Amino acid sequence: MTVQASEHDGLHIDPYEKRWIMLSIILLIVFAAAVAVSAFAFGYQVPLPEQRVNPLTITESGPFANPGLRELAPGKYEAYIVAHIWSFTPNEIRVPAGSTVTFYVTSQDVQHGFLIQGTNVNAQVLPGYVSKLTYHFKKPGTYTFVCNEYCGLGHQAMYGRVIVEAP
Amino acid sequence: MDVKAFTFERKLAAWNIGVAIAALAIGTWFGPLQAFEHAGLNLYKWLAPGIKSYYQGLTLHATLNALIWTTFFIVGFFSLTIPYTLNRKLRYPKVNLAALIIMIVGLLLAAVPLLLNQASVLYTFYPPMKADPLFYIGLTLVVVGSWIAGYGFYFTLYAWRKENPGVRTPFIAFASVVTMVMWQFATLGVAAEILGMLLPWSFGLVKGTDPELARTLFWWTGHPLVYFWLLPAYVSWYGMVPKQAGGKLFSDTLARLAFWMFLLFSLPVGFHHQYVDPGVPAGWKFLHAILTFIVFLPSMMTAFTVIASLEMGARARGGKGLLGWILKLPWKDPSYAAQNLAMILFAFGGIGGITNASYNVNLVIHNTIWVPGHLHLTVGTGVTLTFIGILYWLLPHLTGKELFSKKLGLWQAWLWFIGMIFFSNSLHLLGLHFGVPRRTAMGMAPYNLPEWRPFQIEAAIGGFILLISFLLFLVNVLGTVFASKPLEKPVEMPVAESVQDPQLTPAWMDNWRPWLAATVLLLAVAYGPILYEMIRSAQFVSPGFRVW
Repeated sequence: MTVQASEHDGLHIDPYEKRWIMLSIILLIVFAAAVAVSAFAFGYQVPLPEQRVNPLTITESGPFANPGLRELAPGKYEAYIVAHIWSFTPNEIRVPAGSTVTFYVTSQDVQHGFLIQGTNVNAQVLPGYVSKLTYHFKKPGTYTFVCNEYCGLGHQAMYGRVIVEAP
Repeated sequence: MDVKAFTFERKLAAWNIGVAIAALAIGTWFGPLQAFEHAGLNLYKWLAPGIKSYYQGLTLHATLNALIWTTFFIVGFFSLTIPYTLNRKLRYPKVNLAALIIMIVGLLLAAVPLLLNQASVLYTFYPPMKADPLFYIGLTLVVVGSWIAGYGFYFTLYAWRKENPGVRTPFIAFASVVTMVMWQFATLGVAAEILGMLLPWSFGLVKGTDPELARTLFWWTGHPLVYFWLLPAYVSWYGMVPKQAGGKLFSDTLARLAFWMFLLFSLPVGFHHQYVDPGVPAGWKFLHAILTFIVFLPSMMTAFTVIASLEMGARARGGKGLLGWILKLPWKDPSYAAQNLAMILFAFGGIGGITNASYNVNLVIHNTIWVPGHLHLTVGTGVTLTFIGILYWLLPHLTGKELFSKKLGLWQAWLWFIGMIFFSNSLHLLGLHFGVPRRTAMGMAPYNLPEWRPFQIEAAIGGFILLISFLLFLVNVLGTVFASKPLEKPVEMPVAESVQDPQLTPAWMDNWRPWLAATVLLLAVAYGPILYEMIRSAQFVSPGFRVW
């Protein structure tokens, strides 16, 4: 009678299923820990909130009025890029190999994307908001960046290049 | 259960499902066209002047397939699952009838701008792209109609519980109602976005909008949306397919627990679609990442319970060996085959989903074509192929006629499986290895590279096979409705018994209040403070753009 009573209380779970659930929980904890460490300890971070801007006036004043590449120190650059229907301004950036570039991207009109193929630079570009991502270009070559959010009929033509020159 | 007593419910289901299949029949064509376009074969000139661009086609493809086919099928399916398994007619049939009418009116209203190229904004309709107001109104009505269908279901369950005190809610009815409740909570976000932001803006009452706030409200809905699609498939996998396999539901208790967990954890996770947004802080993004990992758990539980249930059935039919029992599953039944094949590909979709959810790992694949690779495994196969599998018994049940051709059904299921492997494989690789973007007419892209072409051809081949599969499905639907002979014995909805008497499942698993309270609390924690902050600092500045 006691055996029956304990089967009627609480959840009756098959022992194999219990083991499977425990393993699943452990797996998820491992994933979460790996992600937390890589992001918050090693700095492989997603874009964090940057400044707000007025999309109607960004080309008149402020850093996006003269978009382009600025050298802060040897090997350290900032690139201000304006996304608009249907191109990036500027659409070509040249840096020497080994440079670290911080990209600041915003939109003048609709939502765009900014994805540098072959890198972790991937941002949703919104009017009124600035997307900031930094990348260290070790290898020389041409890195294509594309708009990866639908923005209208010319979306597929919206791209540019980061040209990383050999020393 | 006397099926003849449920004439209204069957008519309701038939109408909803009819609209669903019609939507799928139109929306699906654009799929292969898109795949061919990427491979360099542009067939859109044959659609002119009706379809003005690849992007109008893409909007129709996703709106009709991901929003209309799904919502109408689900409401129709539940219009039967709930009354049948409660053995109780709908409490207020007029409420569910009103729901159907509102949903159809909404669909027709939205169809006008969609077809006239006035709303080529894709199914996410992100402002500051601005569609014709009728598009937003139509979509709102479809959603509100689905709410009303839910209310009709809740009244029915409530009445049944009053009439059956202390009796455990039959699993299928329980799971169906949980799905609708989850949908109600889920759609609050997009309702607030459309009613509070987009409609006033598109009518010119408000001059500017804040695109980050709009995105956040959309994705409040956007993630649980996929569970609205998935949970009805799980209702079949847990509650019906084991019966079709000759087995029983392995654990009634864990099946219910999984559904409660989906109610709680499908909702507070929307930021995993916004990891690379500029206006959402890291802490909130990371919190939603953890919650997303948690919502993976009930799917892991589902994998075990469902496979265990199928194994029971296979071994009861003489299956032996560690894996040999798989051959004893009813593979000759197209309804079974389609759903089992759907489960297999869905597993891969789920693994990809973990990748997408993993916070910074998302940087590698966000808005690349990997994402459509993922979503065609999940909603495109896990959900859609399952719904097709359900139709292989549901159409005969509703029409009283034999399925036109079991053989065609089997060919359809296997071709979908094979076609989808090619299609989805190539998209995953293009996105992961090359960063090829999604939502893009690649055939016309100046940065399209020759190295990508073999993968794009693989996708086109997959798309072609899927097209054939879909045609076989349509032939079977039309054949069953118009050209088939009457059933010799009636086809009933399969309902699996569970191994353990559901009455032994503890009462707290059948008590709504604590679960509802926890759902509201979790949503408030996951979205409350950040939404308050975003609304407080919103800049309603962006004017609308018509970019197509």
